[in-house]
Amino acid sequence: MASLPTEPIATNDWGIRASQLLSAEYQVLLLCLLWFLAAIPFTPGLTSSNNLSNIFSNLLPLLILATGQTIVLITGGIDLSATSVMALTSVTGALIMSGDQGLLGGSAWAVPVGLAAMLFTGALIGWLNGAAITRLGMPPFIVTLTTMMFFSGLAIWLTKSKTIYNLPPAFNAIGKGALWFIPYALLVTALLVAAAHVLLSRSLAGRWLYACGHNVRAAEISGVPVGQTVTLAYVCSGVCAAVAAILYTGRLETGSPVLGQRLLLDVIGAAVIGGASLFGGRGKIVWTIYGVLFLTLIDNTLNLAGHSHFTIMMVKGGVILLAALLDVLRRRGQ
Amino acid sequence: MFCGGAGNSEITMNHLLECSQIGKSYFGVSVLRGVNLTLAAGSVLGLVGENGAGKSTLMNVLGGVTPPDVGSMRFDGADYRPKTPAEATQHGVAFVHQELNLFTNLSIAENLFIPAFPKNPFGFIDRKLMRAKTVELLSAVSLDVSPDTLVESLSPGERQLVEIARALGQQAKLIIFDEPTTSLTSRETDRLFALIERMRTQGIAMIYISHVLPDVFRLCDEMIVLRDGEVVGAGSKDEFTTERLITLMVGRSLDQLYPTRDTQPAPEAVMQVSDLAQPGVIEGISFELRRGEVLGIAGLMGAGRTELARILFGLEPCARGSIKINGAEISTLSTRERIARGLAFLTENRREEGLLMDAAISDNLALTALPQFTSGALIAQPRLTEAVNQMAASVQIRGGGQYSQPVKTLSGGNQQKVVLGKWLLRNPVVLILDEPTRGVDVGARSEIYRIIQQLAATGAGILFISSEIEELIGVCDRVLVMQRGTISARFDRAEFDRERILSVALPAGEKS
Repeated sequence: MASLPTEPIATNDWGIRASQLLSAEYQVLLLCLLWFLAAIPFTPGLTSSNNLSNIFSNLLPLLILATGQTIVLITGGIDLSATSVMALTSVTGALIMSGDQGLLGGSAWAVPVGLAAMLFTGALIGWLNGAAITRLGMPPFIVTLTTMMFFSGLAIWLTKSKTIYNLPPAFNAIGKGALWFIPYALLVTALLVAAAHVLLSRSLAGRWLYACGHNVRAAEISGVPVGQTVTLAYVCSGVCAAVAAILYTGRLETGSPVLGQRLLLDVIGAAVIGGASLFGGRGKIVWTIYGVLFLTLIDNTLNLAGHSHFTIMMVKGGVILLAALLDVLRRRGQ
Repeated sequence: MFCGGAGNSEITMNHLLECSQIGKSYFGVSVLRGVNLTLAAGSVLGLVGENGAGKSTLMNVLGGVTPPDVGSMRFDGADYRPKTPAEATQHGVAFVHQELNLFTNLSIAENLFIPAFPKNPFGFIDRKLMRAKTVELLSAVSLDVSPDTLVESLSPGERQLVEIARALGQQAKLIIFDEPTTSLTSRETDRLFALIERMRTQGIAMIYISHVLPDVFRLCDEMIVLRDGEVVGAGSKDEFTTERLITLMVGRSLDQLYPTRDTQPAPEAVMQVSDLAQPGVIEGISFELRRGEVLGIAGLMGAGRTELARILFGLEPCARGSIKINGAEISTLSTRERIARGLAFLTENRREEGLLMDAAISDNLALTALPQFTSGALIAQPRLTEAVNQMAASVQIRGGGQYSQPVKTLSGGNQQKVVLGKWLLRNPVVLILDEPTRGVDVGARSEIYRIIQQLAATGAGILFISSEIEELIGVCDRVLVMQRGTISARFDRAEFDRERILSVALPAGEKS
């Protein structure tokens, strides 16, 4: 793989060494490849085209959510509400577009209004999170924990705990259709991830996001609009959750109040495995892509090898714990 | 926690505490060098020195907060090497701090016994015994309140007495007072001094740190003067006069340290401050800062200098008054808007407020000027890199040549140059510097002075806050002296005199 971008600090501390090994640019990608190759003999059907496309379709919503989460983690925050936002936006869109009971069911406006409403809902909840954190000075954990509970409850209340069927085919196409042989979902994801990458690595707002994560006091005194910058991160996360909801809802052809409910820990875990720091100031979209890939591969291979859902959860928990441990060691080593 | 076991105090020599050749350095900057100190039981040692002379570090060494790099200590006839404050307490060394260390939400009794509550046979806290002991200790310090009183309802002076009672309860043999009178009324001060006299007769040794020289003369038997981490004078009180003490504290100048000024300030003001006030913080502050001028602000810690700087920069509120930059009022603007008007601020605390320690040198340098290097929403990276590299070279950041390395790997002086460079990239109209050379070695200091002169030569106004009068005299065109939130004196370059400046900075000793 390519050479490391940062020169290693001479030290004998095993923790630092181990973290350098695992956290450097391409190491997680390398790990993915090793895992994949090592798993081939033990997991029949791993390389079948059916399974590979399955891996990809599972990966996309997770990747979109993890992208938003990475932006939030970089500011030193956390967004626990992401999957609830996903469920609520799914329900919002379905309540507008569904042919059964939707507000605009059957209308030509159903899809554009539905999409706009979904994106707006995601952005609005992100803004609410950001405002509570920056204007009221509340801790991100408790703010997003309460919005997670509230909006998850709201989604179920709105639908009386039922899934909503009969969505417009034009909408479902976004999740299932393809342009020639490239799925729309892949295109949308690629665009969004690329945009997030440019935001973080090239834009003024991106520099400010990292600065807030490194040292919010110093950033403020240096003239960084801390409140707007941090709020932006949560809005991005909310919009990402809405886009993930659009793709997932389309793919399932149903609006579900429990959509992506189990994804939350995978989302945060993937970003952390990739190398985003829970202490802020550190993380890259490219790293997060590798983290998502690794977590999805673990899931898929263990699943194919016949392990139970609970075993898989234990393994994933262990891997995420290891990644978080490396984050702590890396910090202490510095 | 109660150290009754040191029953060998009878066999000690006449010295309770002996420190020899204590040395300590932080990040390559030496803050204590070859400090020797002896103290007999029942005597009071006065410790004086300017801010940053190493007094606090020496006390931290004694109190087990920081171990010394070199040197040895003996206390009460045994080797003394405390690794934690708790260990120092066990040996019988107690502190009465400037900022009091009490749990204000707890009662006096609880505060006195918090390290080790007395227990009854069932293992529960023996409240009766605790109260009885507290009553005894409170009467020893002549504080006539109930042991159940919450500390938050006590005045600063009463809280201090509680701290002393705690020290007595811990069987302290040595009590260290750090600026104990700063927040006391004159009656409370008298009461404290009477208590110190009483404890002296009981054989307790004390170290008394203060800027109020008349108090030091009144209380102490011995004196020791620190400057730049070294003992520059020590002896019994009769060997000193106030004048000699001040001269020793201030020391002689390092002439070549300061660049010669070859530009003159222009007559017109870049910043006008008039009647700025915030109750309890600053009062009636008025001054003008001229184009190309370096204006010093002298004063002791707590005189309101840092608070003034933060108010000017919009980080803290002010109740009334006006601040103008180039004639435009800025006192109602946010910090961001003030930065946009050309204000820049190097805080006294570069680690917490000046730098992104984990981020690269280049990212830190770029931070404030980023909006000037954009095309659309994106960063114009080549243009930014060029400007950052130029700035890094111009402020002479030495750190191995790579500007991608984290700032925390740099020395204090180079870190400070990064903060300076970050603001210089914005071409500030007014630059406020709060203790810019604190923790900076001599070499980097003179480079920082040179950068300041160059900036003044380009027409910026510079407000230079420092506790080192030497440095103000070396660098500034004028010096304002602050005392208790007001400007107590103004000196032009021709009238600079370190002893006069110091004497107006010190609070008056006589409190009627």
